Amino acid sequence: MYKILEKEDYSDDTYMQVIEAPAVARAAKAGQFVIVRLHEEGERIPLTIADFDRDKGTVTIVVQAVGKTTRELQTYGVGDSIANLIGPLGVPSEIENFGTVICAGGGVGVAPVFPIARELKAAGNKVISIVAARTKSLILWEDRMREVSDEVIVTTDDGSYGRKCLVTEPLKELCEEGGVDLVYAIGPAIMMKFCCKTTEPFGVKTVVSLNSIMVDGTGMCGACRVAVDGETKFVCVDGPEFDGHAVDFDLLMSRQRQYLEQEKIAYDYYLECRGDKACLT
Amino acid sequence: MSDVSKNNSGGGKELSKKERMAIPRTPIPEQDPHERAKNFDEVALGYSDEQAITEATRCLQCKKPKCVGGCPVGIDIPAFIDAIAHGDPAGAIAKLKEKTSFPAVCGRVCPQEEQCEQVCIVGKKHEPVAIGRLERYAADWEAKQGKAGKPEIAPSKGKRVGVVGSGPAGLTCAGELAKMGYEVVIYEALHKPGGVLTYGIPEFRLPKEIVFRECEYVESLGVEIKTDYVIGKTMTIDDMLANGHDAVFIANGAGLPVFMNIPGENLNGVFSANEFLTRANLMKAFKFPEYDTPIKVGKKVAVIGGGNVAMDAARTALRLGADVHMIYRRSREEMPARDEEIHHAEEEGIQFHLLNNPVQIIGDNDGWVEEIECIQMELGEPDESGRRRPVPVEGSEYRIPVDVVIMAIGTRSNPVLTQATPDLELNKWGNIVADPETLATSMEGVFAGGDIVTGAATVILAMGAGKTGARSIDRYLRGLPLKPEAEAETAEQASA
Repeated sequence: MYKILEKEDYSDDTYMQVIEAPAVARAAKAGQFVIVRLHEEGERIPLTIADFDRDKGTVTIVVQAVGKTTRELQTYGVGDSIANLIGPLGVPSEIENFGTVICAGGGVGVAPVFPIARELKAAGNKVISIVAARTKSLILWEDRMREVSDEVIVTTDDGSYGRKCLVTEPLKELCEEGGVDLVYAIGPAIMMKFCCKTTEPFGVKTVVSLNSIMVDGTGMCGACRVAVDGETKFVCVDGPEFDGHAVDFDLLMSRQRQYLEQEKIAYDYYLECRGDKACLT
Repeated sequence: MSDVSKNNSGGGKELSKKERMAIPRTPIPEQDPHERAKNFDEVALGYSDEQAITEATRCLQCKKPKCVGGCPVGIDIPAFIDAIAHGDPAGAIAKLKEKTSFPAVCGRVCPQEEQCEQVCIVGKKHEPVAIGRLERYAADWEAKQGKAGKPEIAPSKGKRVGVVGSGPAGLTCAGELAKMGYEVVIYEALHKPGGVLTYGIPEFRLPKEIVFRECEYVESLGVEIKTDYVIGKTMTIDDMLANGHDAVFIANGAGLPVFMNIPGENLNGVFSANEFLTRANLMKAFKFPEYDTPIKVGKKVAVIGGGNVAMDAARTALRLGADVHMIYRRSREEMPARDEEIHHAEEEGIQFHLLNNPVQIIGDNDGWVEEIECIQMELGEPDESGRRRPVPVEGSEYRIPVDVVIMAIGTRSNPVLTQATPDLELNKWGNIVADPETLATSMEGVFAGGDIVTGAATVILAMGAGKTGARSIDRYLRGLPLKPEAEAETAEQASA
């Protein structure tokens, strides 16, 4: 069992949890993910590591509640435990001194960008971060990003906070100004797709972190396969980070929708039963 | 019980060889095919005491039995069968456990028809003795008694061994080492132990209750099983050696699914057999939504392949309500699956499209599978495997409308551990190179066995490797040469 030591709700459906997992924390590196399973009946879902503390033996996750499991996990508070937390999985981010790096995070995607930005900064890069969300209440970790960035640009789609624009607008401006050596873009697939479309004409390498459906997360099932440069790759063992200009985002998004119908059934069932065994017929 | 092996008569009455041979092979009661096609309960129900004794009586108790040599772990088959014939299942289980730790598993999933039963002397003229079914009978008898008998455990040797993977090779190795007095920790990547026995082989062929009972048995010997531990990620082999493990046995299996690399393979509705079976078995998706993990079954499913995994996937899809079509590029004769499995699949209503090979999968506008295009094949000259090579018949392409395709064409070695262990020598397929006799790898104190060394093989071969690994690790930790012959030579030299 893995105990939740801290929990904070950022909005109705975004939240942060600090979970006790010493072995995972000891090995964790920026860019990796964990697989979480809540209880005996639970499914295994991948969540990117937003932060880790090797001394305290903790791993931090920031989650957007979209399906049954992520909504149920939101009901877990301090002192509660989840059944399984497996990791750190995937290939860590490649960190070196590239020069100037833009770290763009969309929505909860800001959280996994954070440890990468921190490492890049420590490696001597100039880090310009873009913290983007639909609306002000969904902006998160702006303060943490400021700590590890030379410059932070905040954007909201509705203009309720920061600049009123999409993440791609400042990204394009920075590319036009020149001198950008690398871009990290992490967030919803559609946001990563358009970030890559923005940077492609400038020939600026853009790394994305893909969030595909997984079961085991260790290369065993192939549920997470994506096409990169026309070749099939497994996000769990070959990624989760890839050169965004080579990723087939349309395929990724199509595959992400594979269980939408069942996800709805699972969520409705959960709402109806709330873990009440008596309702199992 | 002690005089069981000395007494050569069967069932308490003296029967001549001829009389024994005249007894027909006892069929094993099975669930009705129509009934079982709708449930996940075990297909074969097991012998009653009476049936077991009758079947055991068919054994000729050969002076020079062939069956023992046909068993990868060398079980004294005539002796355990003789005990059953004398109504002494306890004696039978004791005999079995001298060589195999998991008779309930082996009795169910070993390909006996290619091993012990293939060489059975009764089988030369008649049907061979049902050795596997008798093994299962003895194991199930023990389970019914409650607690399993615990073997003697040697005093602590004060050394610690790490085992990677809790499949058949890892469990066997750990159990053997624990009995020798070593402290053993198994590191399992998934959240449940058992490896392929848990995530791969379906409930209707090997109930998980049996697998977990075998895991508990290994734990009862003092072995600790740490789940959620991915060696190569959570901890590396180097970390293990640097942090209190005196030796390591790697048995992480061959768990990376192979795809055909044909167009349309990444469409929604195309799954590896590993994914389909893991969802159903490990995650219990057949109980969705009581269990959270969904599974996409479809109305009409194509399963590609002809091995046991393909049969397992097909029969699982069938039980989940699909109309199942198996597509295999060779003929039935070349199918690598066990005869029994093919027979069961046919009985349950799975349709076989033999000498057919998929060339592409066609999707609809939303990215879902709609059809599979196959080409007919004919058998040409034998290839390197000795089987006749299938050759496409030009212009014979046709399409089958399906909404799910399951690829069951094999697995490769999983790279997670090996990529994190650069000192480990691999072959060109990414399997770990290990001495065939000792299972020693290129790293000092590190041994490897099972599918990660051989490529996907059988449960019993993996168990055999687990035993060999344990013997080598014991010799290594006692400072002896790994090969007993080498030791004899050294002793000779020393005395000379």
